[in-house]
Amino acid sequence: MVTTASPTLQASSGGRGRPGETWVFVTAGSLLTLIALLVGVILLLTLNGLSVFWPHPIARVTQNDGSVLIGQAWRGEAISQDSSDTDAVRMRTLYRIGNRRELGSEFQWVDDDAVKSIEHPPEIVFIERLEWGPALGTIRGVKRAGVPLADLAPDDFDAFDDLVDEARAERIGALAPRVDEAKLITTLELADGRTVDIPLAAIERIVPANAYGPVDRVLSWCASFGRFISENPRESNTEGGILPAILGTFLMVLLMSLAVVPLGVIGALYLNEYAKQGPLVRFVRLAVSNLAGVPSIVFGMFGLAFFVYTIGAHVDATLFSDKLPTPTFGTGGLLWASLTLALLTVPVVIVSTEEGLRAVPRAQREGSLALGSTRWQTIRTIVLPAAMPGILTGTILAIARGAGEVAPLMLTGVVKLAASPLIDATPPFLHLDAKFMHLGFHIYDVGFQSPNVEASRPIVYATALVLLVFIVILNLAAIVWRNRVRRKLQGSTF
Amino acid sequence: MVNLRMANESQNRIDAALSGTDARLPDVLPTKGHVIGAAQDPRDVTKHAPKIRIDKASLWYGTKQALFDVDLTIHERSVTALIGPSGCGKSTLLRCINRMNDLIDSVRIEGKLTLDGEDLYHRDVEVEILRRRVGMVFQKSNPFPKSIFENVAYGLRIQGVKNRALLDEIVETSLRRAALWDEAKDRLHESALGLSGGQQQRLCIARALATSPEVLLMDEPASALDPISTAKIEDLIHDLRERYTIVIVTHSMHQAARVSDRTAFFLNGILVEEGKTDQIFTNPQRKETEDYVTGRFG
Ligand SMILES: Nc1ncnc2c1ncn2[C@@H]1O[C@H](COP(=O)(O)OP(=O)(O)OP(=O)(O)O)[C@@H](O)[C@H]1O
Ligand SMILES: [Mg+2]
Repeated sequence: MVTTASPTLQASSGGRGRPGETWVFVTAGSLLTLIALLVGVILLLTLNGLSVFWPHPIARVTQNDGSVLIGQAWRGEAISQDSSDTDAVRMRTLYRIGNRRELGSEFQWVDDDAVKSIEHPPEIVFIERLEWGPALGTIRGVKRAGVPLADLAPDDFDAFDDLVDEARAERIGALAPRVDEAKLITTLELADGRTVDIPLAAIERIVPANAYGPVDRVLSWCASFGRFISENPRESNTEGGILPAILGTFLMVLLMSLAVVPLGVIGALYLNEYAKQGPLVRFVRLAVSNLAGVPSIVFGMFGLAFFVYTIGAHVDATLFSDKLPTPTFGTGGLLWASLTLALLTVPVVIVSTEEGLRAVPRAQREGSLALGSTRWQTIRTIVLPAAMPGILTGTILAIARGAGEVAPLMLTGVVKLAASPLIDATPPFLHLDAKFMHLGFHIYDVGFQSPNVEASRPIVYATALVLLVFIVILNLAAIVWRNRVRRKLQGSTF
Repeated sequence: MVNLRMANESQNRIDAALSGTDARLPDVLPTKGHVIGAAQDPRDVTKHAPKIRIDKASLWYGTKQALFDVDLTIHERSVTALIGPSGCGKSTLLRCINRMNDLIDSVRIEGKLTLDGEDLYHRDVEVEILRRRVGMVFQKSNPFPKSIFENVAYGLRIQGVKNRALLDEIVETSLRRAALWDEAKDRLHESALGLSGGQQQRLCIARALATSPEVLLMDEPASALDPISTAKIEDLIHDLRERYTIVIVTHSMHQAARVSDRTAFFLNGILVEEGKTDQIFTNPQRKETEDYVTGRFG
């Protein structure tokens, strides 16, 4: 008879739940917060980045005092006011009025109270120009060699587009001819009735946003986005595209991977396969993982001192002495920046490769060795293939870290505007010594060093979005590859 | 002079081994020799030349001694069974013969081991060549994560054999001998990891046979096999003993009695008794041996 003091399966005291139960909510809450923050960041970047290219409607705003302006509503804010009536919050809106050359400033605040009427007449256009930012107004005719083209309605935008394409031939390189030299000239009427002459060759694109239907808007969005990622920047990076920055980032990451993967894998192979395990190896391992914690700017300094000033100077002295004192490799460039980042990311590759190597069953190595293979044959044919997922994980982590790193690059070769392309038709085609542009640095430069902060803000968002997408694509590609390797290793099921 | 530095002999054997056996594969189960003490056609192999000599071999894992002064001679073209309770050092001794213990940092070996009179642990010996001459089947099957074909061809490939026809031929012969051909012939290029446990073990046997070693070390090759595959493996051993030297570890007294010419009984790292198989099973000299083979042990 043991039934007397048998413990029950229910909670013993007062329904307070099991000890530690509240931690479930704390942990779940933290996770939720994190996810919310992440989603917030991604949403913010995506919305802001994508709306940049949207053809926003162009408003003609008439104010109470009779003055008129043409512009795109940019953003609104509350006006700080005295405490007298707290209920009604007065707002004002910032309009991008463009025409910087003619009006002096590209933006103008308008009190919402002072607005008499807002219209969106279909004939006003937004004109992207090579210089002086956008122009907004109504097209009042086109002159060819001084003679007005008679049969041209102010809303015949297809005809305007054809003329813009035709005028492109007048450009000298990327420069437009002056007004007095240009053959094709358009006359634009501004909001205040003034007219300005603009050479058609100086026009990149005419966007009649108000005349667009939904399909036109989407097409226009695509065109703008396409040009953003396929063109060179203009106007000290506040306009135009970011192609050189994309290319620079891509090539830098590629070179970095080419350097870091063999370096890390060989290092890990030695540590794990050849070195006699002992205190020394343990110390090296510790040192390697601590290397990952060194601030990246320190790597930048090392890269500058070692690669640029030491190795680069020697390379110049031996191979490019005819060009001295102009440095070739003795100054920051694509190669040195990539190698610096390779050093920065090599610990990640070593650590995850070692993990991959350790996961290879001892029995398989023995099976191979027992058949008379050498240690290297075993590594090459059995160990490395089986460790491939680990190696690829390391590569993914290295790319993710390397693609977003900016600080060390600022010391080793990144510039706000590259003088020459990284790839061109002159040998050696890929210019390892050239300075390059980088998406991360571009964000910093455009966002904080730009002469026209308000106008370049959207570009910052768009560039950030591109950088994010770029890293996601690189990672996805590597992950898909890793999964394929993994599937091949596992074979079918038992 | 030191043959372990040259591979020419084992290379020649690959072709020689191919010529005879594959045609007359055993397709009937063995009908005799299923009773302890009734080893099939007991032979006296001591007349054969000694292939492997183990002379006062002791082995330590760190400070723990696993083998104590083992003296054992293994004759050419014979089957020697190593028996004994778990942990008595059978695998350890086997791994001394192809120097797999080199891979364990803490191992220290004393005494002398020779293959055809050559010191296995001489510093000029190339272990890769030694291991080509002394093949091994492990206690746990360890196929590579490659196709069935590539598993069997592996040993040849690392020796540099590229001839596709030769590879095809050897792969087929080896799989047939390991009694796996019928099950594997339609899926040669599928992953070996998709085979069942017993099939994997037979694959490992085929893999070891493919390089035609002179000595075959088998560490419980049949422990994961069903009776039919076991019988096939035993028939294979029976065939192989005409040309090869085989050392087999087994926990099955029946198997030892059926396949081996000589049997060595180990206990706690000590070689207790070694002799003709039927003598060990019917008339053991030592009390421990008798207890073990009659199942009265521990
Ligand atoms: N790598 C190792 N490190 C340390 N000790 C080991 C190692 N391998 C084996 N041993 C020890 O050596 C002794 C002999 O082991 P061994 O594997 O040779 O036994 P066995 O006779 O093959 O046993 P089983 O029949 O279970 O396979 C055991 O006590 C074991 O614990
Ligand atoms: Mg064992």
